[in-house]
Amino acid sequence: MAHRWGMAVDLDKCTGCGACVTACHAENNIPIVGPAEAARGRAMHWLRVERYFEGEFPDVRVKFRPVMCQHCDAAPCEPVCPTYASHHTDEGLNAQVYNRCIGTRYCANACPYNVRFFDFFNPQWPKPLHLQLNPDVSVREVGVMEKCTFCVQRINAAEIAAKAEKRELKDGDVQTACAQACAARAIVFGDLNDPESEVARLSRSPRAGHLLEDLGTLPKVAYLERQTQV
Amino acid sequence: MSEAARKINDDLLRPLLRTSWRFYLLVALLGSVVVAGLVAWVWQMWNGFGVAGLNNPVYWAFYITNFVFWIGISHAGTLISAILRLVNAGWRRPVTRCAEVITAFALMIGAMFPVIHLGRPWLAFWLIPYPSNRLIWPNFRSPLVWDFFAISTYLTGSVLFLVLPMIPDFALVRDRTTGTRRKIYGVLALGWRGTPKQWHRLESAMQIMAVAIIPVAVSVHTIVSFDFSMAPVPMWHSTMFGPYFVAGAIFSGIAGLIIAMAALRKFLHLEDYLHPVHFQNLGKLLLMMSLLWAYFVFAERLTVWFGNESAEVQVLRVTQKGTFAPLYWTMVVCNFVVPFTILSLRRLRTISGCVIASFCVCIGMWLERFLIVVPSLGHKYLPYSWGTYRPRPVEIMITISTFAAMTLLYTLFSKFVPIISIWELKVGAQAVEEPVVQHAEHAIGEARP
Repeated sequence: MAHRWGMAVDLDKCTGCGACVTACHAENNIPIVGPAEAARGRAMHWLRVERYFEGEFPDVRVKFRPVMCQHCDAAPCEPVCPTYASHHTDEGLNAQVYNRCIGTRYCANACPYNVRFFDFFNPQWPKPLHLQLNPDVSVREVGVMEKCTFCVQRINAAEIAAKAEKRELKDGDVQTACAQACAARAIVFGDLNDPESEVARLSRSPRAGHLLEDLGTLPKVAYLERQTQV
Repeated sequence: MSEAARKINDDLLRPLLRTSWRFYLLVALLGSVVVAGLVAWVWQMWNGFGVAGLNNPVYWAFYITNFVFWIGISHAGTLISAILRLVNAGWRRPVTRCAEVITAFALMIGAMFPVIHLGRPWLAFWLIPYPSNRLIWPNFRSPLVWDFFAISTYLTGSVLFLVLPMIPDFALVRDRTTGTRRKIYGVLALGWRGTPKQWHRLESAMQIMAVAIIPVAVSVHTIVSFDFSMAPVPMWHSTMFGPYFVAGAIFSGIAGLIIAMAALRKFLHLEDYLHPVHFQNLGKLLLMMSLLWAYFVFAERLTVWFGNESAEVQVLRVTQKGTFAPLYWTMVVCNFVVPFTILSLRRLRTISGCVIASFCVCIGMWLERFLIVVPSLGHKYLPYSWGTYRPRPVEIMITISTFAAMTLLYTLFSKFVPIISIWELKVGAQAVEEPVVQHAEHAIGEARP
């Protein structure tokens, strides 16, 4: 059976440390736009940790929610793209083909999660970060959209390795950069079509829900809501 | 040739045959603004799209506002002129051509914006369905591809609709000029000799075009509205956007037409042809569209407020009370309060009254498009990613230059083509009972060799 890649995020475990964001930047060659551009609202984080504050000072509770592309099964970004740059793969990934993108930015407008990012300039990395670019990930030129790929390069590498060893992929063979970097193991990635996988098990949890699921986008990232009162 | 026909010829051909220094000055001024806009666009492509004010999440702003605005202005011409032709309104004769020209030029300008706003405009041709080495078609589910088809159909149709009734006038100019001019207009006249057969064909072609162009015009702005209403964005995702946009388009289109007619009347001295009654009639039409617009806005806003859906109410609040409130209330004053006051009082419904109201409507309708595009994008579902927008110089420059481009194209057009359809005017000057063809033939008699 084909894979159906998904993710589960346990908000009880998330400390909001931001390691996932850093790991995502390093893995996926995401440009660092600098403070001036960030102030203009052009900060590029395929994965961001949303912070919400509840209550009045001093009884304030902070809620963290890592938000990345939800890889919706009924993704609003896909039908609106005139060039099929945004399209659905057989494995359920919401893929972005940079070379097809002409930069209408329609997909970003249609996305209810605001997780699609536009390259306003050609990418630049402050030294010495230019030495750490990941050779498995293409860099994006000015004028195209980019977004979380569920680390498709890692999925492909694991699938090729498994094929070379003539075996099936097993749960845990593929880890996204954010899941790997999460010290609290709040982010779990895997195959939702494998009922025994950890991500499938977590997605079935009574605590699991999906972000903005009443919009009917059928996201594949499950959030396990908080129970503890910290 | 009768005295009246001679006067019509002299008055309407004068701009083509005599040119003052003021014309060159105006063209130079407007041309330099247009060039500045083109430079701004090249500069944007050269330096990267980031020189514009767009950001995450407001990925569409001035350019898309201009796109919708100019496509809206284009509804002045063809639609109004087609309807007036079909109902055979006698007062239409001096109005139709200056209206149809607006359509053609506004569409050309409007259709540039989807390209200007592209991240990689040099790949815009990927929207065209052709068998390519990429082995994929455009995505026919995308409203942007629908736009491409709608706009290209409308542009083709309205250019045909504009050019058809120009043929006898080209023939007239051909027969009254010499040298290179005669050659050029001879080519444009397509061998027009004014035979009964030719008149008959022209009349039937215009009838067909007038009927065909109306559904096309309605579909164009409906599809433009689909760019917004197909996306699950608060206050975009609305079933009323189609008719709302079409009504708004006709509204701003009439306003544009009134301004253009007033300018022509003043600068080309067409007082004998564009009478106050034309402005009064169009003013009444503008008044009706203003009321219709107010009704649409009321229906839209009330249902959103009453429904109290959290994301939508947020957009409603930010436009009516929040940071966009000054623009919102300016829009209400410009689109409803001023035109309603001026145009509903007969004493104020003069030419200058209509022009003031029209200027207000143009400003108001531009703001309306801006307020549809920007606040919704800035206030989608997750408050963490809310944002706002401020234009940067490149966007302002390109916007200004489109208005200059419109004026420039219009000025040049009225220099090379009689801006009022001469033969139709002559037909109108005759009695109306007999068949049009015979009269037209008689009136244009001198067009024969």
